[in-house]
Amino acid sequence: MSHRELDDMLGKGWRKPPLVRHPVLRWGLVAGFAAYMVMAVLTIEVDWGRVYEGLDRGWQFILSFTRPDFMSRWGDIWDGLVESVVMTVAASVVGIAISIPIGLGAARNIAPLPVYLICRAIIAISRSLQEIIVAILLVAIFGFGPLAGFLTLSFATIGFLSKLLAEDIEAMDRVQAEAIRASGARWMQWINYGVQPQVMPRLVGLSMYRIDINFRESAILGLVGAGGIGATLNTAFDRYEYDTAAAILILIIGIVMMLEYLSGVIRARVQ
Amino acid sequence: MPVLDVNGAPVWRRRTTGQALLRWFGWLLGVAVFLFCWQRISDATTWFFVWDAPRIADDIWSRATPPRWDYITQLGRPIWDTFNIATLGTLISLCLAVPVAFLAARNTTPSRLFIRPIALLIIVATRSINSLIWALLLIAIIGPGVFAGVVAIAIRSIGFCAKLLYEAIEEINESQVEAITATGASRWQVMAYGIVPQVLPAFAGIAVFRWDINIRESTVLGLVGAGGIGLQLSASLNVLAWPQVSMILLVILCAVVISEWVSAKVRGAII
Repeated sequence: MSHRELDDMLGKGWRKPPLVRHPVLRWGLVAGFAAYMVMAVLTIEVDWGRVYEGLDRGWQFILSFTRPDFMSRWGDIWDGLVESVVMTVAASVVGIAISIPIGLGAARNIAPLPVYLICRAIIAISRSLQEIIVAILLVAIFGFGPLAGFLTLSFATIGFLSKLLAEDIEAMDRVQAEAIRASGARWMQWINYGVQPQVMPRLVGLSMYRIDINFRESAILGLVGAGGIGATLNTAFDRYEYDTAAAILILIIGIVMMLEYLSGVIRARVQ
Repeated sequence: MPVLDVNGAPVWRRRTTGQALLRWFGWLLGVAVFLFCWQRISDATTWFFVWDAPRIADDIWSRATPPRWDYITQLGRPIWDTFNIATLGTLISLCLAVPVAFLAARNTTPSRLFIRPIALLIIVATRSINSLIWALLLIAIIGPGVFAGVVAIAIRSIGFCAKLLYEAIEEINESQVEAITATGASRWQVMAYGIVPQVLPAFAGIAVFRWDINIRESTVLGLVGAGGIGLQLSASLNVLAWPQVSMILLVILCAVVISEWVSAKVRGAII
């Protein structure tokens, strides 16, 4: 800051500099945002009468959390939960097993260019399709039931895990891998002793995180007929049995919290 | 270092006998659990449909191609609705997530014993339930439509944004806060000049990241009746209009790719 500027500033109060320096750009952004808001709010039709009527039902629902009804539909809830857990476990195992080779293939410093391109294409396809859309298509092809949900979750796991694993492999320390290679290791030994120890902690952490996500997703696959607790939940909402719905939601939240705690413990141990 | 004695010569091994046995049992248990899960999925599957799947897939593919290109004229409004659901939902959720994050961060919470657990509970509860389930619930309460979608997205995003934001707040540089405090600033001034400038880049990154995810999620909210392009998708699926379904899927794919590109560009510019 020059003397000139300091002299100018003396005796004046300090003002916070604006976030965007250029005034035209600043006011342009503000005006554009305001115009968008007006347009967006104008095009959303809200039936306030219906919302007002619904507030009472919303309050009923919140109240039902204080007296969740686990018992009257316990059989359905139990079947749905077991199916969700089973789908989660099987899909996580298969998904992780498939995503490791694809992750290796998608790392540029390990794989040759053709393999790299193929693996990246698989990852891009898997990541750009949402679970629920994949589930709709797979239910249409394989019929209703947990098999479609299992395939959906496996497919989604591949995109998520391979991408992050490949990024981790690309960021690894080359020196260790080279040292193993210099000792005359074969390709498998090179991966096993040079690369795998470097990425293992992150792989375990990501896998735990993905199991957590898979369970959460398995709760909605039932909406389109792909098995799991979602079907039971949907029925409970349709029949306005809020006590049962609250019980299911509490169970889901409880299991997710448990998984998160577990993954925290495991991640702290491997890192 | 575990060493095995072979004919009087020491041979290096990776693990001791006890460790190897323990690992072996771990693998056995894991495989048993996986096989049990697979058995349950297999029991619940009609295998006849699965063997028939290639024919069905071929049939659907031949019906779905080529997409009905002129249908895109009817998709303008649904896409605008989808965009609005994601954007307005993100804005509302950010307004709600900021106070929750400040209450949840260890260094800014007014009370660690009482308020922090409540804030953490809000974060876990909103995060572990998928936006489709929130949409189901809100449709039962305030009726179907875009508004239910906006609120569902907003509620779902609170936990995600607040979690990332409070982690950013906990990682700030305390000496800057101390410097502002030393000038005699009030609690709110410390907040505005000591903490907010430090977390602002993280905040912008989180906002754009979540907006990207919300665009994905809002494309399928219509499946349960919460507005957006999903409504058209579910209507087309119900009448088995496969050329329209493939057209809608293409549009969704484009929207997802564009939003991911925008989000990557903006985050690259901020960070």
